[in-house]
Parts: sequence; C-alpha cells; structure tokens
Amino acid sequence: MTHALPHSAPDGDYEMDPLPSGPLTTIAEVRERAESRGRLRPERHRHPMRWLIMAALVVLSVVFAYPFIWLISASFKPRSDVFDNRLIPQTFTFDNYVTVWQQAPLALWLVNTVVVTALAAVTVTLSSAMVAWGFAYFRFRGRGFLFGLVLATMMLPGAVTMIPTFLIWNALGMVGTLVPLWAQNLFGSAFYIFLIRQFMLALPRDLFDAARVDGASQWAVFWRVALPLSRPALAVALIFEVQASWTDLMRALIYLRDDTTFTVPRGLKSLVDAFGFGGEWHWEIIVTASVIATVPMIVVFFLGQRQIVHGVSAGGIKG
Amino acid sequence: MSAVDASRVPATVDRARSRRRARRRNSRSALLFLSPWLIGFGVFTAWPLIYSVYLSLTDYDVINDPHFIGGQNYVELFQDPKIALALGNTLFFTVIQVPLHVLVALVLALLLNRAGRSAGVFRTIFYLPKMTPPVAVGILFLLLFNGQNGLINTVLGWFGITGPAWTTDPAWVKPGLILMSLWTVGASVIILLAALQNVPDELYESARLDGAGFWRQSMSVTLPMISPALFFIIVINTIGALQTFDEAYTAFFGSGNTTYSNDAALFYVIYLFQQAFEFLHMGYASAMAWVLFALIMAVTAVQLIVSRRLVYYEGETDR
Repeated sequence: MTHALPHSAPDGDYEMDPLPSGPLTTIAEVRERAESRGRLRPERHRHPMRWLIMAALVVLSVVFAYPFIWLISASFKPRSDVFDNRLIPQTFTFDNYVTVWQQAPLALWLVNTVVVTALAAVTVTLSSAMVAWGFAYFRFRGRGFLFGLVLATMMLPGAVTMIPTFLIWNALGMVGTLVPLWAQNLFGSAFYIFLIRQFMLALPRDLFDAARVDGASQWAVFWRVALPLSRPALAVALIFEVQASWTDLMRALIYLRDDTTFTVPRGLKSLVDAFGFGGEWHWEIIVTASVIATVPMIVVFFLGQRQIVHGVSAGGIKG
Repeated sequence: MSAVDASRVPATVDRARSRRRARRRNSRSALLFLSPWLIGFGVFTAWPLIYSVYLSLTDYDVINDPHFIGGQNYVELFQDPKIALALGNTLFFTVIQVPLHVLVALVLALLLNRAGRSAGVFRTIFYLPKMTPPVAVGILFLLLFNGQNGLINTVLGWFGITGPAWTTDPAWVKPGLILMSLWTVGASVIILLAALQNVPDELYESARLDGAGFWRQSMSVTLPMISPALFFIIVINTIGALQTFDEAYTAFFGSGNTTYSNDAALFYVIYLFQQAFEFLHMGYASAMAWVLFALIMAVTAVQLIVSRRLVYYEGETDR
C-alpha cells in the first residue's frame, strides 16, 4: 500500500536511487529489489515459451469476450435470427431497442437503479469511512474486540439475517419501496470499513495531531484532513458498491412488488418470466435488455479499473 | 529536596487527571465515529440473529403472530425430500465448481504472469464478465447452452459432437451451470496474479542455483508462496457456491417458468427463498437458514484445520 501514500516518492525515484548493495537483510529489501526489477522488465519475459503463452491468452480471451460480442450482436438481429450464432447480424435492425423501450418501463427501471445505486454507494462510503476513522485514529478499550466483530460479520451468510431484516422493513411499512435496497448502507459495511481503515492507518499521524494542536475539532480533523487524504480508498469502496447495488437481484426480489418500482436486474428477471419461458419466446427483447443492463457496468469498469484491481487484490492478500 | 518534591506532586496529579479526562473525551469521540456501525450492528445483525433463532422455533406466516412449536421445523426439515434434493444439488455444485474455478483461475493467472507488458489488456478481458449482472449471466446461460441451436452445441457440432440438452435435461443442468459460472473467475485471477507477482525473484534464483527445474520450482517456491491466496479464494468461493442463487433462479425459477421441471436447479438458497417469500413459511425458512449457517461454519472450520498443515505464511515461526 505504500505506493498510495501521499508523501511517498514518485515512481521515477526507483531508477535514480542506486540499487542497494551488500547483503540483503530484510524481507522488505528483498521485495523492494524484486519490485524495482519488475519495473525494469527482467529478461524472464523473453522466455522461449512466450509465443505459446501469448497464443493461449489470445484464444482464452476470445472465449471470455465472445459471450459479450454474441449478446451485443444478437441485440441487433431480428427475432428469427437471434440464435443464428453469426458474429455480424445478417439483417441489421435497431427495432429491438425500440420494442424493449415500448414493452417495458425501462426508463423508469434505469432511473430507479441510478437512484438506488447512487444513494447506496455514497452512504456506504461515507459511513464506512467514519467508522474506519474511529478504528484507525482513536485508542480506546475494547477496540480490538469491536474490530474483530466487524470482521466476523463479513463471514455471516446473508440468508441468516435476511428474514428478520425483511420483517423490520415490513414493520416500518417500507416493503414495496426502494428504501430497503440502500438504507442499510447508512450504517457502514464491514469490508469497506476494513479497507478504508487499513489505508488510514498508513497515513502520517503527525498531520492529524498538528491539526488538533491548531484547534481543529475531532470532526474537522476527520472531514477536512483524513477524508480528503483517503480518497483512493474511498474510490475503491464507491466503485465496488456501485457494482454491487447495480447488479443486486435478491433484495429487489424480496422488497419490490410493483413493476414501476423495479430496478434493472429485477426488471430483467420479469422480462425473462414474461417473454422467455412465459410462452412467448421473444428472446430478442431479453437480449437487448441484458445489453442495456450490462453496458453501464462495463463503463464503470473502464472508469475505475485501477480501483477495482486494487480492491480485489487487497481483499485477497489481507483477507 | 523534599520541598522540590512537594511542589512537584500536585503537578503530576494534575497532569494525570487531565490525561484521564482527555482519554475519556477521546473515547467519547471514538464512540461518535463508531456509532453508525454500532447502530447498524445492533439493528441489522445482532437482533436479526437472535430473532431468527426464535423464528426458527415457530410457525409464522407474517400475517398471524408467530406460534411457538419448539424444534418441529428442524424435525420436518430432515424429512423434507426437497431439502435433501436442494442440499444434494448444492453440494454437487460446490464440490465440482470450486476446484474447477480455482484451477481455471490459476491457469489464467500463471499465463498472465508470463505475459509481460500485454498482461493488462488480457486481465481486463478476463475480469469483465465479473462486472456482468448475474441476471444477465443467467440469461446468457439459457441462450448459449440452448440444446438445439445454442453456441456451445454449435461449436461442439463442428467437432462432430452432439451436445446435450443443457437447459432441459436434468442430468446436464448443473454441469451447464458450472461451466457458465467459470466465465466469472476474474476476481480470483486478479488475487492469484497479485500473489504470483509478490513472489521475490531471489527465491527462484536460489532455487535455480540449487538445481531445481521448472516443476520443482513450481512445487517448492510458487505453490507455498501463493498458498495463502489460494486458500482465501477456496474459502470465499466455497461459501459463495453454497449460497448460489442469482443465475440459477433467473434461468429456472420465478413466475414465468411453466415449461419444464426445475428440480435439477433447485439450490438450497433458492428453496429457502421460496419457503420464506413465496410460501411465507418464515419459521421453516429461518430453520433452513440456521442449517445452512451450521453447514458453512463446519465446512469453513474443516478448511481452516486442513490449511494449518498446507498453507505457508511468510514471517511465521519457520524461516
């Protein structure tokens, strides 16, 4: 995580510094050397197997990319050609996009999903950052135990709390509204708390103590100093939650009743029910709606690729 | 001397008192920052856990008050043929899907690790399916694995193989779903790739000096060094596979499906969802949730015990 520190040296310094000489004593030094070598492209990449490896990667990439290409291509085919498995549509048509817009309240579903996703992502990021700050900056009795509890909730299967949680929202009269899809995010989420806390722990403490000495309140230190410095970690949480809530099906199935309140995944499922094996077999409509549901996530990926890769690998190494 | 001491004592006491006061103020601020999580934990984790234990001992249909019936739900559960079916399907899926998932992810990560500069492009292609909403993955399954004219069977046909009816033949539904699920290995690939890149080159160099060939290096250097990451994805994916829902539910369940039997795709959480939200058997579903919880805990515990012998953590006792 050091590379993300605001005060760390820019990458270029690796080349300017003389390589450490003498016996390597610590693991950290070994790692540093390995890393700086990685940057300088070691000879290992001119491996004789290289062409074989590249060929395998190209073939596998086609396998992994093809379902997307198939889906997009099929969305431009007339009904009779959806299953023809041609790469380029024989007859190119835009009709499916028009039909799906007329047959389903797709615009409404998109608006609902955007609202839920925005609220879910912003609230969970801010609340998790607050809690993370509580764990990162303050020293108090029971901190280790409480943080252990946070981590333990990550292991809890959702099925166990699903029913009582439904009963809470039912008692509050919120079933059928979009509120249960995001409001729990006001209270932070374990994985993001963990991720942001790790980042905050690596920030220089002097900065916050200096702000305190200058008379800043505890809240100001968090809001004006810690939060802006933690932006890289916040971005990871934000992007992860955007994906999680955009694609969430289970909650939408539990809480949404009327098709005007549907989110895109719930709406897509209702299209499968109505136009798929509901007897009509209009797969071209379902295919087109799937494209509309998926494209925003592809865009999110390209906007936040760095954060996603970082978040996934951080979860793997430290989890 | 004694005069100096006497003048010092009150000052020390004063300082200690103010320090104590500061600490108390400190933990009050900490509590403020932790409050979102503390409230959320109480309302959406602790209470649901307790309440769901109680519910599992009752007969409850949301409309009428819960009616206490003791352990009857658990007795019924063990006699319910659908539970046996769902449990069997889920275990079959998990036992086959998890090793295949890990194997595919490992192969892709090993290839990417040797891809040099172009690794980024391929990594993007392998990760993108993970961004696809699971509903769309379920839809893609129905389309690509269609028995008559789906892409998979068309490709198999080029090699003279008559593919099975993946979406309708009960014997082939789960293998089909497993194959489809391998499309979304992207996150595991990133985790393993990060682990592979963290193996210091020095280790390979000294292994080579000791005369270790490719196989020996893989077994004695690579495998131990990435074993924590491997263990992590095995645990996470086992927990995920035991709770599989979205794709299978989209493809086989819901109001639309009147066409064919979906017993082969009845996974445990799908049956739990049906019991809770379609039949409104909240008590029975709560009992089911606790059985799932026990199963997940047991499986994870076994994995943890086994891992003690097989997973190598750098920086632990042996050097």
